[in-house]
Amino acid sequence: MTHTISVLLENEFGVLSRVSGLFSGRGFNIESLNVAPTLDPSVSRMTIVTSGDDAILEQITKQLNKLIDVIKVIDFTGQDFVEREMALIKVSADDASRAETLRIVDIFRAKVVDVTPRSYTVEVTGAPSKVNAMIELVRPLGIKEVVRSGPIVMGRGA
Amino acid sequence: MTGSQILLECLRLEGVETIFGYPGGAVINIYDDLAKSSIRHILPRHEQAAIHAADGFARATGKVGVAIATSGPGATNTITGLATAYMDSIPMVVITGQVPTSLIGNDAFQEADIVGITRPVTKHNYLVRDVAKLADTLKKAFYIARTGRPGPVLVDIPKDIQMARTEFSYPESVELRSYKPNYAGNPRQVDKALAMLLDSRRPLIYAGGGVTAANASALLKSVSEMARIPVTTTLMGMADMPRKHPLCLGMLGMHGTYYANMAVTQCDLLIAVGARFDDRVTGKVSAFAPHAKIIHIDIDPTSIKKNVRVDLPIVGDVQDVLSKLLGKMQERAARIDELARGNEPWIETIEGWKQAHPMAYRGSESVIKPQYVIQSLCELADEDAIVTTEVGQHQMWTAQFYDFKLPRTFLTSGGLGTMGFGLPGALGAQAAYPQRQVIDISGDGSFQMNSQELATLVQYRLPVKIVILNNNFLGMVRQWQQLFFDKCYSQTCLSSPIDFVKLAEAYGAVGLRAQHPGEVRDVIRQAFATDGPVIMEFKVAREENVLPMVPAGAGLDEMILL
Repeated sequence: MTHTISVLLENEFGVLSRVSGLFSGRGFNIESLNVAPTLDPSVSRMTIVTSGDDAILEQITKQLNKLIDVIKVIDFTGQDFVEREMALIKVSADDASRAETLRIVDIFRAKVVDVTPRSYTVEVTGAPSKVNAMIELVRPLGIKEVVRSGPIVMGRGA
Repeated sequence: MTGSQILLECLRLEGVETIFGYPGGAVINIYDDLAKSSIRHILPRHEQAAIHAADGFARATGKVGVAIATSGPGATNTITGLATAYMDSIPMVVITGQVPTSLIGNDAFQEADIVGITRPVTKHNYLVRDVAKLADTLKKAFYIARTGRPGPVLVDIPKDIQMARTEFSYPESVELRSYKPNYAGNPRQVDKALAMLLDSRRPLIYAGGGVTAANASALLKSVSEMARIPVTTTLMGMADMPRKHPLCLGMLGMHGTYYANMAVTQCDLLIAVGARFDDRVTGKVSAFAPHAKIIHIDIDPTSIKKNVRVDLPIVGDVQDVLSKLLGKMQERAARIDELARGNEPWIETIEGWKQAHPMAYRGSESVIKPQYVIQSLCELADEDAIVTTEVGQHQMWTAQFYDFKLPRTFLTSGGLGTMGFGLPGALGAQAAYPQRQVIDISGDGSFQMNSQELATLVQYRLPVKIVILNNNFLGMVRQWQQLFFDKCYSQTCLSSPIDFVKLAEAYGAVGLRAQHPGEVRDVIRQAFATDGPVIMEFKVAREENVLPMVPAGAGLDEMILL
């Protein structure tokens, strides 16, 4: 089962290394990881997608909390949240498939951000499932490269 | 003040009077200022010994142990010692020198990314890049080391920071928004614990190193006595319950007593106090305490429900939780009394197990049995003697046959099991308590890991009494090879004929030897009466095994017995 955890940490030198070292040292899995400063420049927010059963998730949460630099751990499993991810996809586009590519871009409300005679680079933002769907749809057309950002998450409500 | 002067002033303000360390280029400024300071510095002969000595000092006193090492190889030599302290939750602050900030990351001479390397084996670590933050960092380091679940903290100080100048001010207190250890146990949880206790017929307390860390051994005894609950201890909690106390069952686990392991398997309520259900204790987890509800009192939430399912977790300092529990027990004194009387059949059952399989060994008239040496040491040593051990068979025999009475008198590397800890650990304990008897019990293998510290003992007149149980084997591994690998003694024979008496004398210490059982007690008496450090070498039975033993993968009641 995958879980999304949001971690608030001190924006200190080496803090990313502490968290990734914790995960690798204890055999926890990191599917994706995203980190950036918050409004308070001394605090960073890290969004981690991990997988494991409930017992593993409990250990992950507790071990993260134990790190001196971790201020707060929020486990979004079972809660209402907004989740977004961005991907840049370089799609092959020859004369035959160019139109189809643009139709798919339109359907997903994505954007073309780069053009060459043989490719389009498409930027798509949305829930990870939407990003997955777009990638699957353009796959038959020929994908040259994909870069994904990993999800970021925020709780719904006030 | 310079960074180096600030460091020493901070140590002084933290009440540090003794430190252990080894100089080098990256700390030469610190050592220059140290010569003008009133802090006592003890120079061992290897940085690993400096850390183990600071560790032994901390275990014996409860204070934060402090050590200094230079950059590069000096710093990397501290890793084993840091990991040892980390596994056993010992409060330490270790200062390492580092190359100047402009050279960091440049593969400079004697440079090592010690902060990166020690992240997994320290409670926390710091690289100081700005001398203005040095005092604050040190204050935080001490705070982190000694609070919550204690642990080692490393502070890496580049040479240019040590030489830079700034205004010095030491913060009164420190607050970390990201670190707030919880000492107070939830009173409602304690209520539930009392209810579970009153409901039980076969309760058992399982006490570990957390009792020592919380200085709660008197409370442990009171709770046990008031409700007549038997107590079994881990290796780390051994000295927190007097071994000869009628309710004390000795150690549980892989080499625990028969009656302790049977009690765990048959109890209906297991109260874990400051212990973490380590694999040496549980044996096969699915067969561990199968009939018991489990209460787990620990200051570290990560230890709870990590290995074993727990019915009632209580996060808090052992001293706090036990005193709350004792208070509630005193409020319900009549019911507790009833419980105590109701425990009699359980206590009798345990007594039966004790009679059936007491701690024993096959004695001999012709060859010295290592267990006999341990028993003799116990009988002849001072009441408040501090005992350190190395790691292996001798460590287990000490846990089985030495009757500890007082807290902080048994200093041993439990979690990491570090050979080479005992001698420098004893050095640290002796430096803390120059007037007390300090005994290091060692095997011939372990002793050679840090034997160079004999020089330190002699230089500083630290009269540690070293016991070498010499069987010319790496005993514990040999035992496993005998029991599980068809006696294939691969690389466990330490056959070189070392004369430990001559070795002691070469360093300026006294060496004594016993080769027959009749000589054992005389050698011990003579050693204890000698001023200064002494090696007592005992040529012991070569293929003696530590029993009982719970083989790997077996349940606690599937012990191999004598």
